[in-house]
Amino acid sequence: MATTVEQPASPERPIGFGRLRRKEDARFIRGQGTYLDDIRLPGMLHGAILRSPFAHAKINSIDTSKALELDGVAAVVTAKDLETLGLAWMPTISYDTQAVLAGDKVRFQGQEVAFVIATDEYVARDALPLIEVDYEPLPVVVDARKALDPDAPLIRDDKPGQVDNLATPTWEAGDEEAADRAFAEADVVVTRDIMYPRCHPAPMETCGMIADFDPKTGQLDIYNGNQAPHVHRTVYAHVAGLPEHMIRIMCNDIGGGFGNKVPVYPGYVCTIAASIVAGAPVKWIEDRSEHLTSTGFARDYNMHASICAKDGRITGLEVDVIADHGAWDSTAQPTKFPAGFFHICSGSYTLDASHVKVKAVYTNKAAGGVAYRCSFRITEAVYMVERMVDALATEMGVDPIELRMRSFIAPEQFPYETTTGWTYDSGNYAETMKVAMEIADYEELRREQAAKKERGELMGIGVAFFTEGVGAGPRKHMDILGMSMNDGADLRVHPSGKAVVSISCQTQGQGHETTFAQIVAEELGIPPEDIEVRHGDTDKSPYGLGTYGSRSTPVSGAAVSLVSRKVRDKARLIAATMLETRPEDLAWEKGRWFVKGDPEQGATIEDIALRAYSGEELPAGMEGGLDAQIVYDPPNLTYPYGAYICVVDIDPETAQVKVRRFIAVDDCGVRINPMIVDGQIHGGLAEGIGIALMELISFDSEGNCLNSSFMDYLIPTAMECPEFELGMTVTPCPHHPLGAKGVGESPNVGSPPAIVNAVIDALRQGYPEVDHIDMPCTPDRVWAAMQGRAEPPQ
Amino acid sequence: MQTPAPCGYERATSVDGALAALAAHGPTARLIAGGHSLLPMMKLRLATPEHLVDINDLDELAYIERDGDVIRIGAMTRHVELQRSALLAEHFALFADAEAVIADPVVRNRGTIGGSLCQADPGEDLSAVCAAIKADVVIRGPAGERVVSMDEFHVGPYVTAVADGEILTEIRVPIRPGAGSAHEKVERRAGDFAIAAASAAVWVGGGTFADVGLALAAAGPITVDVTRVGELLRGQPPGEELFEAAGAIAAEDCMPMADTRGPVDYKRHLVGVLTKRALRRATARALQQEA
Repeated sequence: MATTVEQPASPERPIGFGRLRRKEDARFIRGQGTYLDDIRLPGMLHGAILRSPFAHAKINSIDTSKALELDGVAAVVTAKDLETLGLAWMPTISYDTQAVLAGDKVRFQGQEVAFVIATDEYVARDALPLIEVDYEPLPVVVDARKALDPDAPLIRDDKPGQVDNLATPTWEAGDEEAADRAFAEADVVVTRDIMYPRCHPAPMETCGMIADFDPKTGQLDIYNGNQAPHVHRTVYAHVAGLPEHMIRIMCNDIGGGFGNKVPVYPGYVCTIAASIVAGAPVKWIEDRSEHLTSTGFARDYNMHASICAKDGRITGLEVDVIADHGAWDSTAQPTKFPAGFFHICSGSYTLDASHVKVKAVYTNKAAGGVAYRCSFRITEAVYMVERMVDALATEMGVDPIELRMRSFIAPEQFPYETTTGWTYDSGNYAETMKVAMEIADYEELRREQAAKKERGELMGIGVAFFTEGVGAGPRKHMDILGMSMNDGADLRVHPSGKAVVSISCQTQGQGHETTFAQIVAEELGIPPEDIEVRHGDTDKSPYGLGTYGSRSTPVSGAAVSLVSRKVRDKARLIAATMLETRPEDLAWEKGRWFVKGDPEQGATIEDIALRAYSGEELPAGMEGGLDAQIVYDPPNLTYPYGAYICVVDIDPETAQVKVRRFIAVDDCGVRINPMIVDGQIHGGLAEGIGIALMELISFDSEGNCLNSSFMDYLIPTAMECPEFELGMTVTPCPHHPLGAKGVGESPNVGSPPAIVNAVIDALRQGYPEVDHIDMPCTPDRVWAAMQGRAEPPQ
Repeated sequence: MQTPAPCGYERATSVDGALAALAAHGPTARLIAGGHSLLPMMKLRLATPEHLVDINDLDELAYIERDGDVIRIGAMTRHVELQRSALLAEHFALFADAEAVIADPVVRNRGTIGGSLCQADPGEDLSAVCAAIKADVVIRGPAGERVVSMDEFHVGPYVTAVADGEILTEIRVPIRPGAGSAHEKVERRAGDFAIAAASAAVWVGGGTFADVGLALAAAGPITVDVTRVGELLRGQPPGEELFEAAGAIAAEDCMPMADTRGPVDYKRHLVGVLTKRALRRATARALQQEA
């Protein structure tokens, strides 16, 4: 049974939960953040990478002699040099292998071929065209749907036994027989081919690293804004044979990650190798084009889906997916889940059965498949099912909200076991949908749409309802490269009552320095400004798996809550001694233990902290100090959800889509800082508008990437975003100590289907034969749909 | 980080000084004004000039003024000045239309009309604007000044009548009675280059079109001056059927190429729509009937 509650109004200056301005913003808005390129070390050298102009070509030879003659060039590293160090190839996060530098052949345009080390970044770049590489072009595969054709060229001839371009064999979830039965018994069946095209997270700060190896001590300091510093350290220890305790990774401020900064990239390994060889710090930062063409892309899922209904309710779903992994399988997800959490695709509905098949192929494109603001393929899953539910509603002649309402999992059914094996924790879906309808004034919108249709205007109303599973995850179910997905927390309350909390996830802009201080504040009553949050430095934070998959609040947030309660428990014992009573006779109010029945008699957390470090008596056997540590193993994921309604207008002549309104009602359980939650939702909705309307990484038939700069890879601006209309319901997570669920990714997950459903709804006002359009809904593609020629993007 | 190749640099303090610098360094020297086209190309190493002559200090070339029946616009006039000019708003409203959709405020604060015209990107808006209003441009070189019409200005893709060693100094637009103008653009996203854009200028007298200019951006290898539209409209009374017919002509006469902004058939369709809309709005302005 799930219970929806009222979120309390935010206090003016919250000591604990509430709307609180972000502590970190003062330095950000003043331009005083410390990003990678702000760091300059004495004697630092600079790296640059020579990249392949071809998508697939044999390398006959590499001649670096002319580059080495250029004044200021210290070295040029090629695959041959790395081979002597055993570093020419490295494992990916998905147990595949990838070339650090290409030796035998290049497998995608933009692949790393050589690494120049020079006295400054200009010289390093000047040296690149002086390196002579003799390429012998090979046939290319860019279309995943053709990668397994018998005549397709073999991309991964480096892998023993690899005879075709199959990257991962078919992976299944659900019950095929039961699903077939549901379809056989159905009244209505709808089938669509739906593509979630390749897009790119495109954080404002590109990837880069400074590696500083000290030959005297053997210490390796790494400055690198990534999303999982502890795991990266473990990977470097394994790959390069470096002692893990002599590696320190410092993330500093990170200009966005969005899943793109989870992987270990070849440039990182080159930079570390360069510093070890040169005995000096080496900085390497990629430019925008390098970033867009070589680092982790997202999505690229070709989904063949069928959905069915019986007696007016959704009953079954079958999906067959071809995933395009590019040249290596470096998709990011818990290792036991080769299709991530895609099998959450049964959505928010009580299906009788569902069945999912996913196979992945290699193509001559950059690798990735990272979880772009997404909990491991949930974005693709939600997009598919929400498109399919709309298509089904259209086929049935039922309002799309009505069909969803009929098929929702009911509050009393939680915890709810889905047909693909998930246990949803809590939800009151119909209630959240109703709040969205009220904000939108849904009935009035439909009336307006009908009136406009009479005048030949194309107005569309799109609906999406999503359920995400975030906060990976329970160690009995998931790991990454064998590492459990648990997070630590370490809380030290100083004698003055001010505190430092160290966490294993780190912010790339999400506001952790504020949110996590508020959690400690809520639990201990210490003002948030008196709590310093340490993160992103492996020497200063406990081991944990990092920030992605909306896991910070579900996992690290729970850890911080519980470590605070540990301190509170110890404080109770000390307070009992101070107040000369028994611990069980004390009661807690925020910031203070007091004597039950005599509330005047109490000790504040400040008093207790001072006592803990003082020379005065402590409870028998107790160590001094007021610190605690914890490692949190989440018992389940958390399952945030939301109801989104989008209103678009399409210019009937130019086919331009304008998002006029966007209503987002999220239920992420208890909100720690509702202002930060709103900000997260704004950001994700903007990204969703970008993905739905303009973002695409595409290739020509020779494998040339056509979107290698922000001139061609369009990211949305404020001009494309309406004033977002947010609402909320609060249905606490039953197993999270704070009742909180993750939220950062929800808007990116939920908005593309709402927008595309709205676009199709608008098109159908004038072109009733339109039954699908793939993203991005650019004017030319929407116009093609009007002409009856909707095609997936290339 | 994107790093340009090595190159020399100097700041000119006068037009004559800039001309002398160009003469001294020969054809591998380039003028740099706002730099919003040249610098990105240099950072991508698509352009590798050996010497840059910076003309940003040439305030003598930054003006919009009326001189009798001519509006004179200095080549170093920034986009933002064109956007805000009351003089241009009064006589050629299409400048403000176009400037509202050229890139973003940061670019508009710095980019110049001279730079835009000389870059001669076929997708660039101001070339179409200047062609539609039948502007002339003034080019100064070692041998003195010459005036060329916009017809003669565009020689080929990214190539103009401005020769090595010369500087575009001024744009001249004649003021004629009964004028109305408009610029219509469809872009994939705010600030992007056009998928297609149409600039229209009309001069109405005695209930009929005395003259019409219609030029297109992003509809061919160079800015496309659709002379047949003028031929169709001149002497005719304004009317919706005429605008439709003009749109059909423009869709036929343009020469768009397929690219990431769209296929040829969509671009032709769009040119037709935008031509119709631009003419409709220009005419409404000429007749002071704008909605």
